[in-house]
Amino acid sequence: MSDAPDPVLVAPATAAPPPFYRHKLPTRLWHWTNALSVFVMLMSGLMILSAHPHLYWGVYGANADHAWFEILPGHIRIGSLILPGFGIFGVSRGGQNYTVNPLFTIPSHYDLAGSREWHFAFAWLLVVPGILYLAWTLIGRHKRDLAPTLDELRPAHILHDINEHAHLRFPTGEAAKRYNILQKLSYSAVIFVLIPGVILTGLTMSPGLNAAWPWLLDLFGGRPSARSIHFICAMGLAAFIFVHLAMVILAGPINEIRSMFSGWYRPHPDRVPADPSTDPIPEPAE
Amino acid sequence: MTLLTRRTLVAGLASAGGLVVAGCDKIDASPNVRKLLSLGEGATYSAQRFVSDRAALAPEFAPSQMSPIFRTNGNTMPGSSEFAAHMASNFTDWRLIVDGLVARPLSLSLAQLRAAPHRTQITRHDCVEGWSAIGQWTGTPLRLILQQAGLSSAARYIVFHCADDSNGAPYYESFDLIDAMHPQTILAWGMNGQPLSVPHGAPIRLRVERQLGYKQAKYVMRVEAVASLAGLFGGKGGYWEDVANYQWYAGI
Repeated sequence: MSDAPDPVLVAPATAAPPPFYRHKLPTRLWHWTNALSVFVMLMSGLMILSAHPHLYWGVYGANADHAWFEILPGHIRIGSLILPGFGIFGVSRGGQNYTVNPLFTIPSHYDLAGSREWHFAFAWLLVVPGILYLAWTLIGRHKRDLAPTLDELRPAHILHDINEHAHLRFPTGEAAKRYNILQKLSYSAVIFVLIPGVILTGLTMSPGLNAAWPWLLDLFGGRPSARSIHFICAMGLAAFIFVHLAMVILAGPINEIRSMFSGWYRPHPDRVPADPSTDPIPEPAE
Repeated sequence: MTLLTRRTLVAGLASAGGLVVAGCDKIDASPNVRKLLSLGEGATYSAQRFVSDRAALAPEFAPSQMSPIFRTNGNTMPGSSEFAAHMASNFTDWRLIVDGLVARPLSLSLAQLRAAPHRTQITRHDCVEGWSAIGQWTGTPLRLILQQAGLSSAARYIVFHCADDSNGAPYYESFDLIDAMHPQTILAWGMNGQPLSVPHGAPIRLRVERQLGYKQAKYVMRVEAVASLAGLFGGKGGYWEDVANYQWYAGI
C-alpha cells in the first residue's frame, strides 16, 4: 500500500475512485422540474399539433396555403420529402386513424381544450425555474462548466469524442468529473437555444402577447413561422431526451440517476493504466 | 425455450401502453388535477393582463400581407327560419339589441351601424387549432355603442348572443370590459372591402383582436351587459367553454 506502484502494473479495475460531488442543488432541482414539465409539454403539444397538423412559414398560414410540414395517414411530409410516421405520426390502431399515436399525447383521446390546459399550466413549471436556472448559470460558476475550451472545439477533438461515445467508451476517473465536449455542446444547446426557443416562440403564438410585445413577431417572422420553429425546437428537445436517456442507461443508470438526486457521483475506475502517453488528447490546462 | 416471442412482446408492450393511457386518463379526470390546471389558466390570464397595456393594439398588416383565401370555420349558416327571413330581406328588418345593465337599451338597424363612426383594420385571425389568416375588417367600435347605451357601473362582462346554434345549444361569447372597450374591438359589417358574407357571420361579427378565433362571435343578434356569467347557459361564458371546456380567456 505504501509504495507507489509502477503505473504499467496497475490493473484496470483497482480500488474505485471515491465519489465526488458532481451536481449542485439548483442543477438537481431544475433537472427534475424540467423532466416533468418537458415531458408534459411534449405530450400535450403533440395533441395541440394534431388539431391542425400542418406547419407554415410567414405571417399567415391556413389550409389553402402551402405547408412545409404535414402529417398524413401513415407518414409525414417535410417539403417534398415523404417519411414514415415512426409509429408516432399518422398511425392506424384497431381500425382507427390517429394523427398522433395516443400513447404519446396528453390527454390520450382527442381533446384540444384539455391539452391546452395541460400545456399552459406546465409551461409555468418550464418558464419560472428555467429563468432562475439560466440566471444561476450565467451569474454563477456553472457557465464555466459548460463553456468549451478552444482546444475542445477542434474538429479532431470533437470527432474523437464522437468516436469514443460511438464505441461506448465513456470518460473515467478524473475526466468523468467534467463535462466532455459533447455534453457541453448538447447541454448548452438545450439551455441557451432549445428551451429559450420553445418559450419565446410559444409566447409569439399568443394573440394577447402579440399586442404587448410585437417585437416577438418580428424576431420569428410571423405567428405561423413561430409555430414552425416551436415544433422544430420541441423535436430537438425530444431528440436530446432520447439520446440523453440512452447515455444514462449505457453509462450506468443507477449511478447516474442517484447522482441527480444526491449530487454524489462514483466515477468509473480508469480502464487503462494511467499513462499519459496513451491518451491522444491532452488534458485541458484548467 | 422462447417464452418471450416477438408476438407476445408486442402484445405485452401494447397492453402496457394501454395501461399507461388508462392511468393518464384517470389523472386527467381527477378533480384535484383539474383544479391545479385551472390555477395555471388563471395565472396566464393575470400575467397577460399584467404585462399588456389595456389599450395595446394587436398588430395590423399591409394589404399585401392578406391571406389569398380566408377560410371559414364553425357554423356557416344559421339554421333558424328567422335568420332565413333576415337573409331574404337582406337584413333590412334585422335589429341589434343592446340591453342588460345599461341606462338606455338600444335597437340598432344595420343602416344605423353602417352610418356610425367606423374603423377598418387588417388583422390576423388565429384559430385555436393553429391556423392563421389575415383579413380586413370594417365595423363600429363596440366602445361607442356601449357608451351610447350608458353602461352601468355594475356591469362586469359583455355577452354576445348569436343567431347560430349547434344541436340546440345557442352560440354565445363573453369578454371582460378591458377587451370590450379596446379600440380594436368592433362589430364588423364589412370584410376585405365587401359587405360581410353569411359564411363569415353576416350581418355582423365581433372582432376582439387580442383573442383566438372561437371568441370572434358570428351572427351577433344581441349585446348584453351583465354582472356575472354564472347564470348564462352553461355558466362558463361561451359556447365552446360550456360544451368542451375551452378556456374563457383565449389570449394564448
